[in-house]
Amino acid sequence: MKRLWRLFPALPALMLSGCTVDLLQPDGPIGEGNRDMMVLEFAIMMCVVVPTCIATLFFAWKYRASNTKAEYRPNWSHSNAVEVFIWGMPIAIIAVLSGFNYWSTHYYDPYRSLPKDMLVREHAENTKPLTIEVVAIDWKWLFIYPEQGIATINELDVPTKTPLNLHITSDSVMTSFFIPQLGSQIYSMAGMETQLHLLARNPGVLRGEAAQYSGPGFSDMKFKTIALPQEQFQSWVENVRNGSSQFASHEPLNLQTYPKYAKPPVVRESVAPTPSPVIYFGEAQSDLFQHIIAKYNNGMVRSINNGKIMRMDMHAASNGAASSSDTGM
Amino acid sequence: MSHDTTHAPEAQHGEHEHHETPVVFGFWVYLMTDCILFGTLFVVFAVMCHQFAGGPTGKELFDITNVEIETAILLFSSITYGFASIAAHARKKSAVLAWLLVTFVLGVSFVGLEIHEFADLVERGAGPDRSAFLSSFFTLVGTHGLHVTIGLIWMFILFFQILGRQGLSDRMQSKLTCLSLFWHFLDIVWICVFTFVYLGSVM
Amino acid sequence: MLGKLTLSSIPYDVPILVGTFIGVAVIGIAVLAAITYFRKWGYLWREWLTTVDHKKLGVMYIVLAIVMLLRGFADAFMMRTQLALSYAGNPGYLPPHHYDQVFSAHGTIMIFFMAMAFMTGLFNFVIPLQIGARDVAFPFLNSVSFYMTLVGAVLINVSLFIGEFSNVGWLGYPPISELQFNPGVGVDYYIWAVQISGVGTLLTGVNFFTTIVKMRAPGMKWMQMPVFTWTSFYAIVMILLTFPVLTVTIALLSLDRYLGMHFFTNDGGGSVMLYLNLIWSWGHPEVYILILPAFGVFSEIAATFSGKPLFGYKTMVYASGVITLLGCLVWVHHFFTMGAGADVNTFFGIMTMFIAVPTGVKIFNWLFTMYKGRVRFEGPMNWIVGFMITFSIGGMTGVMMAMPAADWVLHNSLFLVAHFHNVIIGGVFFGYIAGMNYWFPKVFGYKLRDSWGKWAFRCWFVGFYLSFIPLYIVGLEGMTRRLNHYDNPNWHPWLLVACVGVFVLAVGVACQVGQLICAIIDAVHQKRDALDATGDNWGSGRTLEWSIPSPVPHYNFARLPTVRGLDTFHIEKELGRPTPVESLKPIHMPKYSVLGPVIGVFTFLFGFAMVWHIWWMAIIGLLGVFAAMVIRSADLDIDFYVPVEEVRADEEAFAKRISAAQAAE
Repeated sequence: MKRLWRLFPALPALMLSGCTVDLLQPDGPIGEGNRDMMVLEFAIMMCVVVPTCIATLFFAWKYRASNTKAEYRPNWSHSNAVEVFIWGMPIAIIAVLSGFNYWSTHYYDPYRSLPKDMLVREHAENTKPLTIEVVAIDWKWLFIYPEQGIATINELDVPTKTPLNLHITSDSVMTSFFIPQLGSQIYSMAGMETQLHLLARNPGVLRGEAAQYSGPGFSDMKFKTIALPQEQFQSWVENVRNGSSQFASHEPLNLQTYPKYAKPPVVRESVAPTPSPVIYFGEAQSDLFQHIIAKYNNGMVRSINNGKIMRMDMHAASNGAASSSDTGM
Repeated sequence: MSHDTTHAPEAQHGEHEHHETPVVFGFWVYLMTDCILFGTLFVVFAVMCHQFAGGPTGKELFDITNVEIETAILLFSSITYGFASIAAHARKKSAVLAWLLVTFVLGVSFVGLEIHEFADLVERGAGPDRSAFLSSFFTLVGTHGLHVTIGLIWMFILFFQILGRQGLSDRMQSKLTCLSLFWHFLDIVWICVFTFVYLGSVM
Repeated sequence: MLGKLTLSSIPYDVPILVGTFIGVAVIGIAVLAAITYFRKWGYLWREWLTTVDHKKLGVMYIVLAIVMLLRGFADAFMMRTQLALSYAGNPGYLPPHHYDQVFSAHGTIMIFFMAMAFMTGLFNFVIPLQIGARDVAFPFLNSVSFYMTLVGAVLINVSLFIGEFSNVGWLGYPPISELQFNPGVGVDYYIWAVQISGVGTLLTGVNFFTTIVKMRAPGMKWMQMPVFTWTSFYAIVMILLTFPVLTVTIALLSLDRYLGMHFFTNDGGGSVMLYLNLIWSWGHPEVYILILPAFGVFSEIAATFSGKPLFGYKTMVYASGVITLLGCLVWVHHFFTMGAGADVNTFFGIMTMFIAVPTGVKIFNWLFTMYKGRVRFEGPMNWIVGFMITFSIGGMTGVMMAMPAADWVLHNSLFLVAHFHNVIIGGVFFGYIAGMNYWFPKVFGYKLRDSWGKWAFRCWFVGFYLSFIPLYIVGLEGMTRRLNHYDNPNWHPWLLVACVGVFVLAVGVACQVGQLICAIIDAVHQKRDALDATGDNWGSGRTLEWSIPSPVPHYNFARLPTVRGLDTFHIEKELGRPTPVESLKPIHMPKYSVLGPVIGVFTFLFGFAMVWHIWWMAIIGLLGVFAAMVIRSADLDIDFYVPVEEVRADEEAFAKRISAAQAAE
């Protein structure tokens, strides 16, 4: 037993060795920012929490009823000095943290394109950002690469050291798009577009997940995020385009074929729905994302290019998935 | 506890006075929560008032003349209730009953006009399930209408209780005061409905 | 005829539910048989079910809370064991269809029917006694409120065996709670259980606000109110401010589901974001509604068991006021990830952080209450020390998540789950249990057995850390909440530890049940040594409730006390109790009423019928409630007078007991 105690200080290290604590070992500047804020707050708060806990135990022990030697002041209930201290100290700490709060909320704002100085630090200031459109479906993720004209389901391949501009919506219930090691998550909501800006620093495979409960298939609504060096990413794009991958779909993804892929799996009460496989589409309709948003808004959508409201051609969008939740145009 | 205790009716009057104050105060507190309830519905309407989902707008739907008549009726009913209150303070039973009756008739005609307006909208294909705008419109105005209806039922019951053995007792006085607060409160809410919902949509 | 209700709605093919049903049925039949055997039906009906006495209603609320605690804990137990099993291809024993209902029921029950019921029970029992009142402002309304809460709790439990419960979490986020994605009756059970009990809580709020404002004993100024009454008062103000919002929000959701409206649907112009804002502008104040009375409990106990006045009474009152104010301005921190602008997020983030200031101040207040005191570690005091440590840690993780940049990764993770359990178990639950231990002798005249209480505390304290520290860690490893199964090897060991923790907690719950069973045994055997003659059961009570006999006579105070300062009873003990100059008068009291339970029955019919779309029954339910209210309004025989002789006899017996106790010292 005694020997076990000696191991105790090493326990956290033992339990964490060989595993990744995603949020503490991020793989990009945004995730690092998230982590730094967390650690900073933890450190500052610990300066108060630890003494408070110790004082609690110490006072409880020192002034226990059986210790008649300790001083007893049965009517003492006010002290200006103590009051100033107990109000002043927390205010000071929170004031400091508020400063960090203001700065970090603006600097790491998910809607903001990655700041210039961050890109310089990541040696990505001259790289063209990659736009990816993300659609949450029951219970899988669709990723459309509008500039490459391809799409994937349940696998997100990204180039490293490249700013990623993610546009996110949902074609079902609300959920949250989250790659823990890249940092910040954001909700996906039907008929709306949310935005997220990330950057992957090193090549590798990261876990991506739905971070907001979305129904019986929620636990399997996850995707691999594969970060590849720029050249490998280009050849991956080529591979997807010419359909030579094992995941390749034999048909393009467009308004006609989309409903088939967007259909939720059969739900039975006794088992979890089957997870969706990875699929690559060598050809994807470029404005599919806008159509998916527009079908909840009476055919209207805010243009990504100029921010103006525009009307999508609804005839093309009238399909199985849309008719169930049509706006009644 | 035991129930074999006796009444002490000789002490009843004085003690009652002591107990009546919290009733009206408590009703005020309730009205404030009702105020927050309506406030929330107004916020919802403000968020939803442009969500037409391709359906009709307020400008196309609302008949302001009808609403003006409704407003006039409700405001007038507040005045007639005021007369009932004055009569109650003077302990003139028949005058109270008469003014309550007038108020009741006005209230019923208000609700009637509102139901007619709703039926007309639904007939024109602008029911509450048409768009978020109409959902919030029907809910806000309907909640007010429901309150008025409850007020009318309350008035109806009080009418017969005054006729019956309660008369204009102290307990009845405080009930009349509560209903009076309720009725005037609904008037104020209606003025907000008229301004923000109807005028706001038409302007 | 029966709406959507058919025989197939009864899940007789699910073994867990059938087993539970048999268990509940056996216990239920045993209880009913025992009541019949001991011929207690009449007693139960006359003295308890029809009561309008705030003390008995308080006891019934707490009994309800404890029963619901067992139910909610069973749900927690199932979740932890499921997650310990469902690793790497093993589906566990709860498929999503059941698991999702379990976590939804757990949250709904623990907040609405455990914590809220417990809190209302403490309000009911303690507040009138602390302010020197003979009852609440509206005793009959109080009974109706209780039955509303009870109906909500019954509806949730009925959903176990008839139909299903909501599967979308304790706040019923749309659009997944909308008819399009959730055509079953689960969400409807949730809607009506929450709606009905919410109305009950709102009425309680109106009642106690009026009571505290209007019915304080002569001479009691605002700044002389006991701290528990103060913090409860703030909680009540928040109930009045925010429960109407809950009522509206749930009503709008039901309009979507029942009448096809478009408030929160994906299409037709509905907005999910509106629901999130509405529900959290109730939901965040709600957690302060729960914690503020617990702070009050700790303040009372810390003073009593340290043999000193509370340090910084004024500070405590102002700090609670600041919490009340800020608590209403922070709701957006529940969805920093919704895409609001940086300025909005910053504002709500900083507001959230600033709540840590008054809360921290309170922790120091309790600390300095112990300082230079004589701290006795009897039952209730242990929970305080456990609370101060646990709550400090929970508060720290709360501040961590108040920073949007950190929350963007911690949101919806198990880190978040660990945080709010840290403050709700360590704060709310510890507080209420301490309060139950503290005021139990006031209710029944004898104390709960301390040894059982100590073991319950130890298990809860250790079990809490075993269960939730691992959740902090898997949260940092990127595990989101509400997962049913997983294949991440890093998470598995931690979830096994958490599962061990829940077993320790189960021992803690068992100790609490044991403590209550012992209390019943003590009550039957009338253990004399536990009885206290003076009414000041802990020997160092400071507030008015300790100045009257335990158990408290049904009229509370023979003479309304005159308040001379803060901690009136302590002053009286110091100066010697004044001899009463005023002669006793007949005491005006409300009569018990059968209409409370009648309204309860009809409300249940209404709620159940609405869930299953049985319209005729819903109309009967509504008409029944309405008729009961009309009957009540016409009833002139609602009060009576306690004769002087009865009060005098009680008073003389009490005086005799006190002088005997003083002679014995």
